[in-house]
Amino acid sequence: MTQSNPPLLDVRGLSLSVATGDGLMPVVRDMSFSLNASETLGIVGESGCGKSLTSLAIMGLLEGTPVRVTAGEILFQGRDLLTLPPRERRRIMGNEMSMIFQEPMTSLNPVYRIGDQIVETIREHQPMSKSAARTRAVELLRMVRIPDPEGRIDSYPHQLSGGMRQRVMIAMALAGSPRLLIADEPTTALDVTVQAQILKLIADLQSETGMGIILISHDLGVIAETCDRIAVMYRGRVVESAETRDLFATMRHPYTRGLLDSIPEPDEDVDRLPTIPGRVPGLDERVDGCAFNPRCARASAVCREEDPGETAFGGGHAARCHHPLEPDA
Amino acid sequence: MTTDAERPLLRVRDLKTHFTLKSGSLFGGSKKLLKAVDGVSFDLAAGEVLGIVGESGCGKSTVGRTLTRLEDATGGTAEFDGREMLSLSKAAFRPLRREIQMIFQDPFASLNPRLTIEQTLAEPVRIHGLETTREGIRARIARTLTQVGLDPKVMSRHPHEFSGGQRQRIGIARVMIVEPKLVIADEAVSALDVSIQAQVLNLIKDLQKESGISMLFISHDLGVVRHICDRVAVMYLGRIVETAPKATLFSAPSHPYTRLLLASIPRIRPGRIPAEDRGEPASAAAPPPGCPFHPRCPIATDICRSERPQPVDLGNGQFSACHHAGKQQGEAA
Repeated sequence: MTQSNPPLLDVRGLSLSVATGDGLMPVVRDMSFSLNASETLGIVGESGCGKSLTSLAIMGLLEGTPVRVTAGEILFQGRDLLTLPPRERRRIMGNEMSMIFQEPMTSLNPVYRIGDQIVETIREHQPMSKSAARTRAVELLRMVRIPDPEGRIDSYPHQLSGGMRQRVMIAMALAGSPRLLIADEPTTALDVTVQAQILKLIADLQSETGMGIILISHDLGVIAETCDRIAVMYRGRVVESAETRDLFATMRHPYTRGLLDSIPEPDEDVDRLPTIPGRVPGLDERVDGCAFNPRCARASAVCREEDPGETAFGGGHAARCHHPLEPDA
Repeated sequence: MTTDAERPLLRVRDLKTHFTLKSGSLFGGSKKLLKAVDGVSFDLAAGEVLGIVGESGCGKSTVGRTLTRLEDATGGTAEFDGREMLSLSKAAFRPLRREIQMIFQDPFASLNPRLTIEQTLAEPVRIHGLETTREGIRARIARTLTQVGLDPKVMSRHPHEFSGGQRQRIGIARVMIVEPKLVIADEAVSALDVSIQAQVLNLIKDLQKESGISMLFISHDLGVVRHICDRVAVMYLGRIVETAPKATLFSAPSHPYTRLLLASIPRIRPGRIPAEDRGEPASAAAPPPGCPFHPRCPIATDICRSERPQPVDLGNGQFSACHHAGKQQGEAA
C-alpha cells in the first residue's frame, strides 16, 4: 500500500454551514477522510448528522440549497474540486463521479421509458448516435443483472419492481464509467431480500470496475457487511473512524458504542435495550465542548468546555473523545 | 398463559381482504382482484404480543387495518373477546373502537397540528366517556403523559414543538389513555433513528407488561420483532407461511421463506452465510399457483407448483405452511 499516487478522493477539513435568518449555522465541521480506488468507505449516523450533506458537497450539488462550503478541500485524483473552473468541475462530476439515492422512483421520470432515460444520460456523457447509445444502454442493463435487457429497456418505471428500479438507477450512474460512486441509503427503501441482492450487485460492480465507493447509511448492519472503513458521524463531526474490523472489535467513542448497543439484533435476546438518553440537539441549540456531552455517561467538566481533538489509536483508528473507551478484555 | 378459560382475546379465521384494481387501458380495462390478505388465521392470547413480519405487499398492514375496520374484510371471521366483530355494523362496532387501538408509523401525520397535546388527548377521553369532569380529564392526561415518559407540563404545546421520538410518545399516549385491550402497532418505530427507536421500544415493552395489553406488532424489522414479541407470524403474498414462538422462529425456522428472510439481514457481527439470490416476490395481484413462494424456493417440487400448502403442526406451537415441512430440511430438493 505504498502510495505514490494521490488517493482517489481526499477530503480535508471540510466544513459546511447552512444560511438561516440568524446567520450561518455549521452543519458539518472539519471533516477529513480519504478513499482509494476499489475501496468502500461507510459513513454512518442518525438523521441530521451531516452525512448526506457531505456527499452533496462532494458531488457539487449544494447549488440552489442554503448550504455553503465554508472551509476545506475536496481533492479528486489530486485536484481540488472546489477551486477548479466550473466547466472542468462539471466534466468530472458528470463522468468520473456519480451518485445513487434512496428512492429510485422519484429519480426516474414516470412518463418516459427507462431506455430513453438511460440513452439520454449516456449521450450527456459522450456524443454518440441514438442507436449506439441504445446498444450501450442494453449493455448497462445487462451489467446490473436485469434479466431480458432488450425487452425491459422499453418498460416504464412503474412496470418495474423497486429492486429493478434501483438497478436501473445504478445502470444510469454507471453510464459515464465513474471512478467514484456515492450511494446514499441505496437500499433503505427496499425489502430485506432485495436489499441483499442490490448490495451484492454493488460489490460485484466494484470488483469489475475498481470504483471507489462511499456508502451512506443509517444501518450499521449494511455498513458492517459492505465497507472496508467506517466513519461515524454525530452532529456534523466524524466522531470515530476505523477499519471495519477494528471498529466493531474496539469501539472507542461512547456514541459509537451506544449506537451499536441500541440496535435490537435478530441473533440475540436482550430484555431491555441499552439506550442513549435524550436526543440529538437541534441546529439552533448551542452545545459547548463535545457535541455528545449532554447524552454521554462519561462526560466530565472538560467535555462541557473543550471540543475534543482527534486521538489516534494506531492502524488508522481515531476518535474525538476526551475519555475514549478502553478495549474490551 | 391465558386464565380466561383458554379463550384467546382475538381469534382470526380465514381472514380475506381483497381489493379491486382497475388495470389496462383507459378504455374498459379489465378489473383485477388484489388478494392483499388471503386466508389468514391466528389466535392472540390475552397479554400476548404477536409479531407479524414480512416484506412490502405481503399483506401485514392490511391485516391490521382490517381488524380495526379501516378496511372491509372480504371473508372470514375475527372474534374479539368471544364476539364476532367483522360482521358488526359500523354503529355496533363503535364501542369496540376504544378497546382496539392502533399505533401508526408516522405519529405526526396522525396528530392535528392545530390542537394542543391536551386537546388531542382529551378528545378520545370525552368521546368514550371515560371521565366526565374537566379536572378528571386533566388528571388522566397528566397521568398518561407521565406514563409515556413526558412531562405533564407539555400538554399546552402543539405537535410541531416535539421531536419525532416525542411525537411517537404522544401517539402512544393517545392510545393508552383509553385503556385498550388490544393494540395494533403498524411499523410503530420504523421512522425513528436507532437511538430513539430503542427508547420507544423499551417504553412499548414496559407499558405492555404493566397493563397486560395484547398486541399485534406489525413490522418489517426482524430485530425489533425479536425484541418485543412472544410469538411471530411470517406473511408472504397474503398468507401466513409460518408461526412460531420467538425463540423457535429465530433459532429453528422451518419455512424456506423464513430462512431466506433471516439469511438476508445484514449483520453487524461477521459470520452470516449470505442468502442465495432468490429473485423478488411475485406481485400480490398475480400470485403464483400452488405455494406462492415456490418460484423462489430452493426445495420446491411438483406439488408446490400445483397445491396450496396447509399449515403443518411441527409441535411446540410451530406451524409451517410448506409441503416439505417436518421432513428432513433442505433434502427435499
